[in-house]
Amino acid sequence: MANTTELVTAPGSQAGPGAGRIPRRPAKLPPPLQAAVRLLGLVPFAAYVVVGLFIPLIAVLIGAFKNPTTNAWTFSNIDTITHGAYLRGYENSLELSLIASILPGIFGLLIAYAIFTAKRGGKVLRQMVITASGVFANFGGVPLAFLFIAALASSALVTGWLNDIGVNIYAHGFSLFDLFGASVVYMYFQIPLMVLIILPALEGLRPSWREAAENLGASSWSYWRRIGGPVLLPSFVSCLMLLFGSALSAYATAEALTGGTIALVPIQIGTLLNGNVVAGQENIGKALSLGLVLIITVLMVVYVLLQRKAAKWLR
Amino acid sequence: MAPIARYAQGVSILRLLRRPPQDGAPAIARSGKFPVWRWVILLVAGVYFLLPLYAAIRFAGFKAFGSVFTQPGFAEALWTSIQISAMTWIITMALMLPTTIYVHLRLPRLRAVLESITILPIVIPPIVLTVGVLQVFPTQLKATMWLLGIEYVILAMPFAYRSIDAGLRSIDLKTLTEASNNLGASWPQTIWRVIMPNLGTSLLSATVLIVALCLGEFTMASLNLVTTFPVWIVEFDQLNANISTSASIFALVVTWIFLMLIVTLGSRRSRRTGAGEVTLFTVTANTKTIGES
Amino acid sequence: MATNEAAATTSAAATDVAAAAAVVAATTGTSTREGTSVSLRNLTRVFGATRALDGMSLDIAPGELVALLGPSGCGKTTALRIVAGFETATAGEVLVDGQDVSGRPAAKRDMGMVFQSYSLFPNMSALDNVGFGLRMRKIGGAARRQKAGELLEMVGLSAQAAQFPHQLSGGQQQRVALARALAIEPRVLLLDEPLSALDAKVRLQLREQIRTLQQRLGTTTLFVTHDQEEALSMADRVGVMRAGRLEQVAAPDELYDRPATAFVAEFVGTMNRLPGSLGSDGRTVTVLGSTVPVQDGGPSSGQVTVLVRPENLTVAPAEGGNGIVFLRTFLGATSRITVLLSGDLQVLVDVPSTHAAAMTPGASVQVAVPSDPVLVVGAEG
Repeated sequence: MANTTELVTAPGSQAGPGAGRIPRRPAKLPPPLQAAVRLLGLVPFAAYVVVGLFIPLIAVLIGAFKNPTTNAWTFSNIDTITHGAYLRGYENSLELSLIASILPGIFGLLIAYAIFTAKRGGKVLRQMVITASGVFANFGGVPLAFLFIAALASSALVTGWLNDIGVNIYAHGFSLFDLFGASVVYMYFQIPLMVLIILPALEGLRPSWREAAENLGASSWSYWRRIGGPVLLPSFVSCLMLLFGSALSAYATAEALTGGTIALVPIQIGTLLNGNVVAGQENIGKALSLGLVLIITVLMVVYVLLQRKAAKWLR
Repeated sequence: MAPIARYAQGVSILRLLRRPPQDGAPAIARSGKFPVWRWVILLVAGVYFLLPLYAAIRFAGFKAFGSVFTQPGFAEALWTSIQISAMTWIITMALMLPTTIYVHLRLPRLRAVLESITILPIVIPPIVLTVGVLQVFPTQLKATMWLLGIEYVILAMPFAYRSIDAGLRSIDLKTLTEASNNLGASWPQTIWRVIMPNLGTSLLSATVLIVALCLGEFTMASLNLVTTFPVWIVEFDQLNANISTSASIFALVVTWIFLMLIVTLGSRRSRRTGAGEVTLFTVTANTKTIGES
Repeated sequence: MATNEAAATTSAAATDVAAAAAVVAATTGTSTREGTSVSLRNLTRVFGATRALDGMSLDIAPGELVALLGPSGCGKTTALRIVAGFETATAGEVLVDGQDVSGRPAAKRDMGMVFQSYSLFPNMSALDNVGFGLRMRKIGGAARRQKAGELLEMVGLSAQAAQFPHQLSGGQQQRVALARALAIEPRVLLLDEPLSALDAKVRLQLREQIRTLQQRLGTTTLFVTHDQEEALSMADRVGVMRAGRLEQVAAPDELYDRPATAFVAEFVGTMNRLPGSLGSDGRTVTVLGSTVPVQDGGPSSGQVTVLVRPENLTVAPAEGGNGIVFLRTFLGATSRITVLLSGDLQVLVDVPSTHAAAMTPGASVQVAVPSDPVLVVGAEG
């Protein structure tokens, strides 16, 4: 593509005596216009993204700062969400996301390592677990909530079994519909997600490192402590970021499970959308959304930075 | 499920399914020195994942399974979801396929920009997007499945782009198109005969995840007041929890079947084209020589 | 037995590597440590239906560098990994200084190994990488760093001590890997195709450096490669392997001049194949019109194939000769002439380039076999 531009002579220049040997091409557009024409090919995509993504997004971000009745700029929405019930919503969401990212993070890593190091015949196991992970990671929201209600609700099957062996989880304060209970449910799709996203990092651990370490006298523990662990750490943390964001944004599961009994930000947003809103409060939902977007942006920035660092080592 | 999750999962799952496990697993593992803890972990995981399924099946009862399909609203909801899937698929493919190929060939420097843009829909929580969408969309579209069809394209875009992009990178698009043009093929011919056949696995995986997305998306559908399949499951729960649970398991099985489909078809394809390591989202690393650089 | 090309390149290279190697080579060669002997006894390794190793035995003398040479799949890497302890033999044992180490884990064998590529720990600097084995042996910080520094100097990379592997080129990485393996003063040095992933120029430089270091330290070394030039130029003895077995173990020149089998003859260097018929006593063979003696060990009668090296054939312009020049390839000091003989036979003949001027394509020439004993194999071999 660059070649053609070089053949174009400036408009108005006369061909010199030597140029006669070069066949004259039909006159083309000057380079800047050429580039512009090339960009036209992106127009359909750009238009779609602007209409479907950017405009709604901007509407939300702007609406967060507007008074719904007077349409004037205001901070009152922001003020509301940083106090009272909405603040509790953020606290709950963050706490839930923390539990529902760190625990699944560790379990996911262990499972991934378990299948990663399987020997011959382990290929089948590996394939099975990966496919299963793909299925379960996709399996959130509504159906999942029902599964757990069937299993762990106060009169459900597993609760009954546990009672039979003398473990009454409800007596210990367990509830499926509080933060901890919800995180148990979240783990159902968070753990498989972790398995899937940490496996490539595990595979980046070259066997020759392990062998070289062994050859130089390192025990398993030494290897993990000095090489495996440090090399894996950036990837692990970046995966935790993803898990955190995933838990934070989850709406369907939370809604189906708790039906709004716990104050969680996505649910609060949903409630505000569904009507039943006090007049003047319509834009609270947008302010809440703004908060979510900010948190997630921070997470993604950290994620990208850590991935870049990991890529350097795991090349 | 949050788009972040779907994206990351999508990126990883097919790459992993394709890449053959490293034969050079470290000796200490191959000697089987720690088989015990590995099986303990997998056992505990297995229990955690299978127990709720079992409980749900027990709860719902096997009779409920049969009657799921005859429940009022089931067929309509499923049909709605299928229609939306079709719509989303058509628009996504029609939009992303030419765009990605175009960018690869003519605007390679903008690839980074494109990648960043396609990251956005997965960073933004669907609930937030829903708020915005319901704010700006014209009222004629609200509460219809057309809105969902349109917006699901945005949700599916990151994945479709990554999928097609990786497929294009793995076939060295530039060289193939140059060879094709050199041999006299026109652009449409090149796209149809050279590029598309080599994108089979990419398109397949993109399709599967678009379908999975449409059949599982709850947030936007419910807030937009359209009865898609997942929405129906929740609504129906008020009436008959058994049915809802059975429907949930049905949804799970369908997803599982889809994924098995893509695995088998994909690997059969790779055997046919002779591609040893069929990678989807990564360009196969070459063991090229490293010189003093 | 370095080829002309290799000699030219290495002597022409004026890099810091060559300079460092020269300094090292100038110091007295032998180390004060007694070398270690290594014995492989009847090693067999079976995977299901494949026999990766089939009763391979080899004795390595203290301080010797033995190269295992062969095509991929011949079992050379398997043998090396069994010695290192990363794989277990189905049968047979590995003896180090007379003691059976087969049961000992890799971490306890006191051998230094250099892998093919990417074996440096990415999260550590070059210095820390080199010092890793010392750290595992509980050698304290200052002593460890000093020793690691010495070794980096030995391979000419002191300036890169603080750099991380991803900042080093492939050649530099392998030098660090070598330093790391030698830092622990291993009894045995194992090299698994360490130069295969590097490009040609770097490969030649490193070849010399490895050999020089090995000789200076007197470490018993087992070196695996598929590049015969590498094996011939570096090793004290070369073991040629095929399908899990050793076909011949000999010094490079013996391997080249007196290959024991047709496979070795053709794997090492280039061989021409000429049809011939054995004399009645089986001690002479008639080929290309002359009768010449036969090396021991071949078939005793009938039609045979004579194997001759290109530099051992003579070619001269002659009217009505037995061949026509097909191609002349200029290789520097020598030229390789491809001659078409009757019966669709093609031979390669190496001549000094000064004599090659007359060998233009199409010219009529006479190709002859000199009177030294030739290697002969069965006609199907």
